[in-house]
Amino acid sequence: MSEEFTSGTVKKFLYVNRRAPHGSNYAQEGLEVALIGAAFEQDVAMAYLDDGVFQLKSGQDTGKIGTKNFSATYRALGDYDVKRVYVERESLERRGLSQEDLMPLVYKDEDDDWEEKPLIHVVSAEEMRRIIDESDVILNF
Amino acid sequence: MKLAVLVNEGPYTHQASDSAFHFTTAALEQGHEVIRVFFYHDGVNNGTRLTTPPQDDRHITDRWSDLARRHDLDLVVCVAAAQRRGVVDEDEQRRNGKDANNIAEGFRISGLGQLIEAGIQADRMVAFGD
Repeated sequence: MSEEFTSGTVKKFLYVNRRAPHGSNYAQEGLEVALIGAAFEQDVAMAYLDDGVFQLKSGQDTGKIGTKNFSATYRALGDYDVKRVYVERESLERRGLSQEDLMPLVYKDEDDDWEEKPLIHVVSAEEMRRIIDESDVILNF
Repeated sequence: MKLAVLVNEGPYTHQASDSAFHFTTAALEQGHEVIRVFFYHDGVNNGTRLTTPPQDDRHITDRWSDLARRHDLDLVVCVAAAQRRGVVDEDEQRRNGKDANNIAEGFRISGLGQLIEAGIQADRMVAFGD
């Protein structure tokens, strides 16, 4: 990578995920970008809204549709130094979901003796608007 | 302004690639710098030279190649997305033991890091998708 061009610059990257995890591969390839992007030492956050909230649903099983179940990969987000995963409350509620239905994603906080902390923050649509507004680079998948 | 462009859809089915082309052309004509056009998801299908549309229609792939030639534009196709969809250059052909390649002139295959790097370097990243 061309580190000489990018070192020193830290931007707020926000990956906005709006589609269901299966039915198209936007979710899978969107997650791949986020994990690659995390290696660039940028300030990376994830946002899940609309059908995108289904991406974080626990207990996914793709056996009967014969596609790859990549949902375990979301657990890697914390290992890749992604510390903020925002899920829109209104999107959850409209789909009959709550935070208890989502995978319990965690990260290890290096500033707090590597204690495991929850990665997912359920936020209102208004808070989500502010989070999007405050980001520098927004990638929408 | 330094711009980066992301194309997330293939040619013809969606307007995204057309819109990205018109935007990039207009930006260059107005003196802006387009540091990279990155093709992801089905967008990688814009980069195959085997594309053969009817003669009375626009040739989306050739149009990108022409623009790249005239403006020294960096057209980058994501390697992971390209491998899934069979967009292949000589290196990839050799590496994966394929019997052909199909990358169009002016396009190159590289990693997702090129997209992130463009996002860091550009003043604005403009994405075209469905």
